[in-house]
Amino acid sequence: MGQYTTDFGSIQSYKKGGVTAIDDDPKRYVFSNMFEVASKSAPYDRVAVAKNFEYVIESAKAEGESAWFSAAHDEFVVSMDGKVRVDFIKLDDPDALVDPESEGAVKLAGTPDGTNMGYVVLGRGHMAMLPVGAAYRFSAAETCTIIIQSIDGAVTQHKWAQFCQQ
Amino acid sequence: MAMKESALAGTDQGISNPRGLPITGTFAVNPADNITGYKSFQAGSFKFHRDEYFCYVTTPSGVHVMPADAFLRALMRDVAWGFFYGTVNFDQVFGTTNYYGEVDMFLGAMNEAYTDAGRDFVERFKADKLMDVFKQMISDWTNEGYDPFAAPMETGVPWGIKNGDNDDAVSRERVTARRMVGLPGDTPVRTDANGYPVNRMFADVPQDQPEVHAEPGFEHEVSAFNLFAYLSRSDVTWNPSVCSVVKDSLFCPTSEEYILPVEHGNDRCEWFIQLTDEITWNVKDGLTGRPRAVINMKAGDCCCMPADIRHQGFSAKRSMLLVWENGSPKVPELIRQGLAPQVAVEF
Ligand SMILES: [Fe+2]
Repeated sequence: MGQYTTDFGSIQSYKKGGVTAIDDDPKRYVFSNMFEVASKSAPYDRVAVAKNFEYVIESAKAEGESAWFSAAHDEFVVSMDGKVRVDFIKLDDPDALVDPESEGAVKLAGTPDGTNMGYVVLGRGHMAMLPVGAAYRFSAAETCTIIIQSIDGAVTQHKWAQFCQQ
Repeated sequence: MAMKESALAGTDQGISNPRGLPITGTFAVNPADNITGYKSFQAGSFKFHRDEYFCYVTTPSGVHVMPADAFLRALMRDVAWGFFYGTVNFDQVFGTTNYYGEVDMFLGAMNEAYTDAGRDFVERFKADKLMDVFKQMISDWTNEGYDPFAAPMETGVPWGIKNGDNDDAVSRERVTARRMVGLPGDTPVRTDANGYPVNRMFADVPQDQPEVHAEPGFEHEVSAFNLFAYLSRSDVTWNPSVCSVVKDSLFCPTSEEYILPVEHGNDRCEWFIQLTDEITWNVKDGLTGRPRAVINMKAGDCCCMPADIRHQGFSAKRSMLLVWENGSPKVPELIRQGLAPQVAVEF
């Protein structure tokens, strides 16, 4: 350990900065905090905290076990502040569950048919791929925060007015 | 470097030229000065020379002087990023604007005092030709022991007469994962063994690796790595590199210490996700340079830079910042047609 302490932030303990306008409208900066968004959301609600054209970054509270999700493209997840397990199933018929032309994640009903691909266990700051053609499910024994690099889709929630600096 | 190869080469849809400028084709590299030992350079009517402390940009409308450290750090980013997205202001006066295949180089064109007084000067160049001169300039003007990518406390000094070079540093290979860092055949993770020790300011960042339990045959798809550990081992500052890719959505995290060497006037919305620690951003109007906002970001904060501003960040302790870019080749055309939004989300 050196003389420096890295400040990570977590769903239990985060500080928030903000926009000080000189000659501008703070709303234009769409400023929020991912830990605050996760802490005030139901488990695995995928709330957009960043959007650029069709692309999004979603923040979610990881707590207990999620539904199975899949998408017609790769996605990526980062655990921000705790331990999250991700299980993977190679789908027998991905196009039957997710329109191959669609964008964004889809929440699947029940456990999809396919082959067990294995799992990863992420700690703070670990990134995993959520590969196209697979379904994935998160689980976390203790509450923490995940962010997901994805595309705006069926499961993406937009709560900008609730969470962003006005 | 957060751009795709295609950006430097331009797109097929025609290149934006809002000032309607012709291409300037004359370039020169002049022999080393007898006293300082530095070469001087010329691109169109722009002349560049340096001495022990300063770099000088001479144009028909006047001379502009910058400290050599600030000039070299900015030039390094402009080179490494292939002129990047939109405008790279070396300071409040001199810079480049990328039109993806062609580049406007300017003195005072993004400074309302200069434009109001009619003292601004702009010329247009083929990107690859101007890049060739810029690369020779950063190579010649960087002395042994000085790394323009490094935080100032972690490298030597840029001052003095010509003294060797540091081409290993100034010609670093840019890091652009195709799918995700750590996948077989993709960008490798950083380790002590491959020359990336943990930075002194990130000594407390855990270096544990995720548990990966891939069933046989799925090793290429069930994959994870420690992103924070990866960033704690970065040997450069303010140099986004692509770590994961969803179509044109590029996660370009980077480690930041001291000052972003340029005032970046992006031509599209650009997101910052503060992963650790704290950065303060000074935001100015993109065209005039008038101050518009000060933004303080702490770990977990998410903030979008609108497309009509310029931004410069300050990081007292080395921090991890996720720069999130949309690298779609469709975006320059949307900008040209005025269809790209200035603000990412309206609510
Ligand atoms: Fe930027």
